[in-house]
Amino acid sequence: MRYLPNTDADRRHMLGAIGCASVDELFSDIPRDVLAAYLPLGLEARSELEVLDELTRYAESNEAAKRVPLLGGGIYDHYVPRVVGHILGRSEFYTAYTPYQPEISQGTLTAMFEFQTLICELTGMEIANASMYDGATALAEAVLMADRIRRRRRVAVAGNLLPQVRRVLDTYAWAAGIELLDVPFTPSGRCAWDRAPSDVSALVIQSPNAFGVIESLDGLKKRLGDALLIVATYPLALGLLAPPGAFGADIVVGEGQCLGLPMGFGGPLLGIFATRMEFLRQLPGRVAGRTVDADGKVGYTMAAQTREQHIRRERATSNICTNSALCALAATVYLASVGADGLRHVAELNLAKAHYLADQVTRLEGFKLAFDGPFFNEFVLRPTEAAGVVRRRLADAGFLVEDSAELEGLGVKNGLRIAVTERRSKAELDRAVAALGGKR
Amino acid sequence: MRTLFDHVSRDATDGVFPVCDVPSRKVDDVLGAGLVRARAPRIPNLSEGDVARHYTQLSKLNYGVDDGIYPLGSCTMKYNPKLNEDVARLPGLADVHPRADEALVQGSLGLLYDLSELLRGISGLAAVTLQPVAGAHGELVGMFLLKRYFEERGETGRTRVLLPDSAHGTNPASAAVAGFAVTEIRSNDRGTVDLDALRAELDSTVAGIMLTVPNTLGIFEENILEVTRAVHDAGGLCYFDGANLNSFIGRARPGDMGADIFHFNLHKTLSTPHGGGGPGAGAVAVSQPLVEYLPVPWIEKTGSGYRLDWDHPKSIGSVHAFYGNFLVAVRAYAYLLQLGDSGLRAVSENAVLNANYLQERLKTTYPLPYDRLCKHEFVLSGEGLPNDVSTLDVAKRLIDYGVHPPTIYFPLIVHEALMIEPTETEGRESLDRFAEIMEAIAKEAHEHPELLHAAPVNAPVRRLDQTYAARNPVLSYPFDEGESAAA
Amino acid sequence: MAYPTAFRYTKEHEWVQIDGKRARVGITDHAQAELGDVVFVELPSMGTVVKKGGHLGTVESVKAVSDLFAPVSGKVVAVNSDLETSPETVNQSPHADGWIAVLEISDPAEANDLLDAAAYEALLA
Repeated sequence: MRYLPNTDADRRHMLGAIGCASVDELFSDIPRDVLAAYLPLGLEARSELEVLDELTRYAESNEAAKRVPLLGGGIYDHYVPRVVGHILGRSEFYTAYTPYQPEISQGTLTAMFEFQTLICELTGMEIANASMYDGATALAEAVLMADRIRRRRRVAVAGNLLPQVRRVLDTYAWAAGIELLDVPFTPSGRCAWDRAPSDVSALVIQSPNAFGVIESLDGLKKRLGDALLIVATYPLALGLLAPPGAFGADIVVGEGQCLGLPMGFGGPLLGIFATRMEFLRQLPGRVAGRTVDADGKVGYTMAAQTREQHIRRERATSNICTNSALCALAATVYLASVGADGLRHVAELNLAKAHYLADQVTRLEGFKLAFDGPFFNEFVLRPTEAAGVVRRRLADAGFLVEDSAELEGLGVKNGLRIAVTERRSKAELDRAVAALGGKR
Repeated sequence: MRTLFDHVSRDATDGVFPVCDVPSRKVDDVLGAGLVRARAPRIPNLSEGDVARHYTQLSKLNYGVDDGIYPLGSCTMKYNPKLNEDVARLPGLADVHPRADEALVQGSLGLLYDLSELLRGISGLAAVTLQPVAGAHGELVGMFLLKRYFEERGETGRTRVLLPDSAHGTNPASAAVAGFAVTEIRSNDRGTVDLDALRAELDSTVAGIMLTVPNTLGIFEENILEVTRAVHDAGGLCYFDGANLNSFIGRARPGDMGADIFHFNLHKTLSTPHGGGGPGAGAVAVSQPLVEYLPVPWIEKTGSGYRLDWDHPKSIGSVHAFYGNFLVAVRAYAYLLQLGDSGLRAVSENAVLNANYLQERLKTTYPLPYDRLCKHEFVLSGEGLPNDVSTLDVAKRLIDYGVHPPTIYFPLIVHEALMIEPTETEGRESLDRFAEIMEAIAKEAHEHPELLHAAPVNAPVRRLDQTYAARNPVLSYPFDEGESAAA
Repeated sequence: MAYPTAFRYTKEHEWVQIDGKRARVGITDHAQAELGDVVFVELPSMGTVVKKGGHLGTVESVKAVSDLFAPVSGKVVAVNSDLETSPETVNQSPHADGWIAVLEISDPAEANDLLDAAAYEALLA
């Protein structure tokens, strides 16, 4: 077998050295009844070539890969510079373990330190951890953290959060016994936070929100008093948008897939998590810190480990162990590749192309934007025709657009959410406009 | 080592993205100045060569499985097949948006379904969810399921979870996040759960037990059937942490041992890479009574294909934004297809053989607290080494010999623990070499202890000051310090 | 280091210096040596009421967290906030400058259960 170096001679030698007559003796500590009850899978071993062919068949059954995505809702079709994949393919990075032995993990640890710095720069916050599983669990952990700090057992949540993020939050809040209070949104698509309840541990707001609308955060921190402000954000948009830290956010979370990760049918993803230095002891997840070694050389090591499960066990700030380190590396290499200028450029492309499409579509008869709030690269279209019919025309022209069900669930009738990234050429956008308009 | 931020910006670094081909207006006009960044993030603009060099140099400071033996107990650092990396990069699998219509993603849904079926077979349980994205996440889901199960039965007094004193830290942490109190059960002198101590704790306040099988000493609970029966008789459920599945995969199933909930670590047993700390995946299998509580959406197979099934009102809800770590699942699936039944059986055979061989060889040199048949890993102790040499010193000296140290100071019930798991992807000569190095180090402890105390001298850095790091946390690049972190 | 005879001690390696209705509390030299370099002390809040044996705070080193238990019942009336910036004081002067909190004792009889210096030293032997 391809991944087993031992020969039969090796195995015989080793059995002899152990003093076992047969392999069965090695498993004599497993109850006989259990061994007897075992049922194989009925699976034949296969060669590399056969498995490659089989997986290729699965890949080819995904029609969606051949269409043009105008899909968003937290996951976006962004372009990844070629160098990212090559760095991620280095086995020193991807086959390494968590850096518990820092002397032989300076590659991973330095990259973690860089990632944390990049997230602080993007979000305008003081400290960031080395990643969470995804934006949704990052938000859930932020709520748990805020409630550990303020202990009011109640958290206000904007009603225009992405449903898949809200679902995860609901599960974690139920387990923790935290009550979630909904804050409605206005016709502009923005959260009516002036109506948020007081006496909560925190307010959760997402910007851009589930409708793609950028929230107005001015004055929000002041309105909350000592309740914490948790903002869920779109990291790539922060190349252009004012960061949540500038508005006094206490915790910033987000989905980092936009920074150098494929869409991957939804995973693996990258949770980002940033907060104030004063909350370091409550921060979940791993964090790398700079220090010096015995010879005075600068190096990096896992820091503040006493928050974590391997030391605190049931009193840890979170149970998280493995996180999304390789995805954080992808984001780090992505940002290094594009630089501040490239990031600004790609964000401007997203903004320009989305607004171009929105402008062109709303010039057609029977199309309006559902919300008048400012947006980055995503908006909700409201056709006078049935949304399903309009969607059909786009699908027939080779575009992927989500159906209206999720928006209906948020109280938005007959809407179609459209996302436009830098990957959409003018030609594609003009084709989409033509399809929307009903022209062949 | 230099960080990214120690590099000087270049003049023009674009060329990744095209010039804008649609008419664009000024950003401030579109959004209003109040929404736009006042200050650019401090990310240097570099050439591609700068980036390639910087990260290539960083990679050379690391040690991966492709560099050599990685005997980290409890981690199963087996070889990561390259086929898995390539299939996870097939555009038809990687470049698919999770919100695309079900009819257009039948390949992905089918793969998830087919993998779930294989995992179901391996577990011997009733159903599997692929949503958890890490082992600890799987543990959390398991604890959520436990909580919901007893809530539905009106048994809200079951607020405690039992676990052995050898448990991995994520076990009590996960139980606590789910709102349970934890009670430790001591191990007996054979290293397994003390049945009397267990029975003394079992009452109507116990929701269940969290067990790692075999345990973190690498020892199989020979009383496993009595343990699970006792818990069931008391009205509780049994959660098995599957971190050590490598020791019996292909020849035994947790469902036959009395498990009600079982989590897999795809990044351990099923060869997906560790990535320096993730992404992993932690599929969870459950017995029939728990099936209706599994997270939504499920992947359902119909007459005409696959669909997402949200219609499970008793579900605990969702624990991930979408369907779990799909591209990690792809790798695990390819691995299982390659191995087949015979391959899985060979995995546990060689993993256990390798571990026992090493244990036999090393027990004459280092104390072996539990001298008995082990499974895929075993625990030595560094206690009794002369000249104040500690397990930490031994670990650091291993680095000088070009080998990754084993897990140290875990499990907590062994003083100066050294937990060694070779995995089946090491061959006999690699094990012999590792044993020789361990013997050489033990000799150095007697004759040249200063080499151990000073180790590692052959690594890029040596004995980082963790106290300093804890007292003066510097968690991001100090831009305002005015000095660069030169190596 | 000899253990001050004026202090009383607990099996959890805390010392108590009783002065009328006040009890000053810290961790012993043995405890700080076991822990290693102290990097953080979680001080109790002023006014907190604790029962004997109840959780009073924690002392952290890089690799371990050690709980502090109240040696007697009482109310926290003073905390050593110097430890917030200089946690290493616990290592350097565990019995003097490294004190952690002062309690106003609610039940003086509880002090009778504490170990004297000789008994504590015997425990360590």
